[in-house]
Amino acid sequence: MPAADTTGPGSGPVDSTLDAPAASPPSGSASSAEPLVRLRDVAYWVGGRAIFDGLDFEVARGKVTAVMGPSGTGKTTLLRLITGQLRATRGTVTVAGEDVGRLDERGLYRLRRRMGMLFQNGALLTDLDVYENVAFPLREHTQLPESLVSRLVLMKLQAVGLRGAARLMPAELSGGMARRVALARSIVMDPELLIYDEPFAGLDPIAMGVVLRLIRDTNDALGLTSIVVSHDVHEIGLLADVTYLLSGGKVVASGAPVELREHESPMVRQFMNGLADGPVPFHYPAPDLAAQLLDREVAG
Amino acid sequence: MTLVADLWNSLVEFTRKAGAFTLFTLKLLAVAPAALRRFGLVVAQVHNTGALSLVIIMLSGLFVGMVLGLQGYDLLQRFGSEEALGVAVALALLKELGPVVTALLFAGRAGTALTSEIGLMKATDQLSAMEMMAVDPVKRVCAPRFLGGVVAMPLLAAIFSMIGLFGAQLVGVQLMGVDPGQFWSQMRGAVGLEDVMEGVVKSIVFGFACSAIAVYEGFHAAPTAEGVGRATTRTVVTSSVAVLVLDYMLTAVFL
Repeated sequence: MPAADTTGPGSGPVDSTLDAPAASPPSGSASSAEPLVRLRDVAYWVGGRAIFDGLDFEVARGKVTAVMGPSGTGKTTLLRLITGQLRATRGTVTVAGEDVGRLDERGLYRLRRRMGMLFQNGALLTDLDVYENVAFPLREHTQLPESLVSRLVLMKLQAVGLRGAARLMPAELSGGMARRVALARSIVMDPELLIYDEPFAGLDPIAMGVVLRLIRDTNDALGLTSIVVSHDVHEIGLLADVTYLLSGGKVVASGAPVELREHESPMVRQFMNGLADGPVPFHYPAPDLAAQLLDREVAG
Repeated sequence: MTLVADLWNSLVEFTRKAGAFTLFTLKLLAVAPAALRRFGLVVAQVHNTGALSLVIIMLSGLFVGMVLGLQGYDLLQRFGSEEALGVAVALALLKELGPVVTALLFAGRAGTALTSEIGLMKATDQLSAMEMMAVDPVKRVCAPRFLGGVVAMPLLAAIFSMIGLFGAQLVGVQLMGVDPGQFWSQMRGAVGLEDVMEGVVKSIVFGFACSAIAVYEGFHAAPTAEGVGRATTRTVVTSSVAVLVLDYMLTAVFL
């Protein structure tokens, strides 16, 4: 007997690919099939320049979603729109069913308790040691007894392999260690959504491998949803379930990393293969070289 | 025409900044009670802004008092009134020099430290990280530092004046030979509580202004090395001008 089609009347055959957008659940329910993050027709303008114009973007629950794109395409801006640090000029940004653009400061802080974010440099509080950095969210938001705080902190530090570094100051940590501490801090409140901004930037291959494994393991072990912004094509290929490639304020391609590698778009091929010239030109726009040199000679 | 446009733009910019500073200060005051409940954070900042400024305040107070002793003696002896040296020095220190010089030193030492610390926290994403942890950086970082400055300033001004009196006594009595009984008894007779209170009120107002300016500049610094440097410079300049303007206004009120 064939499996029942649960996607609702009028829908076609069930799509077996994991990366296809999930069918919308009945309104009002917080179904696990509903994307945790959804951007619809989002525009964001800065000083008369459009960073995004008509951006559609979804993050499925439980998946690691990667966002890639050339420098200056607004990847970090996208994260700031999702976390409510920036407000979209047009369109809606929905996180866990809440319209981020309509939340006041209190609402935003309530929503952010369900998120964790790992900054590019770790952003550890430099006047606190590793232990106190990880304990910071617990001390700010809970009244837990010290014994429980200690257990939680040590467990999280153990998970990232840095229990032995609990009493080191941030200045004594390497880049990779700082990011692992920041990861422990961002999961100490058991968030639903973890956001990583360039987690591999500036790391040596060993530290990169450690961080990569931690992101994947943390996502799977804790049942989280992760968004990773990165330039590192190889690492994202190993890590992500779904990858979005941004360019010119829009999503130019999305799908599993292997699908992007075989994509026919010249822009996608240039990015995925690291080609110096292509739709993203090597040369910054300039007048014709010969004409400019001749002009100089005449003027000289 | 360009001059008029430039003036207009400067006026608009000044008004915008004044408005932003006022709103920020109001938010500081709104979150101050919550920050006070975490008393340990405020005490730590009293230590940072106050105790760590003690050496420069005491040293400056000593030499300002000694100079006052010398100049005062030179002036008063022309009128045969050297015994009034204690009164002159005490009134000058308690009502003017104590609060004003302490505030200027405070802006240069503690104010710049506050601005650069908060500015660097911003430049290294520490404030953004707090926001992402649903922690309000104004409440957690700015308010304790602001309160610490407001508390530390009158204490520093009192120590400055006390050390200054000691320095004036050292020069006037020990060096120039003014009668110690006259020096102290005339001071006790002529300096009233209202004179002391004038200095206390001034130092509290200066502490409020310098701390708010330092915290504001740090929090709104551009998140770059250059931005933090410029914010630190602005803290010293703005605080110094604010102290002198406020001093004139308060003096006019008290007289």
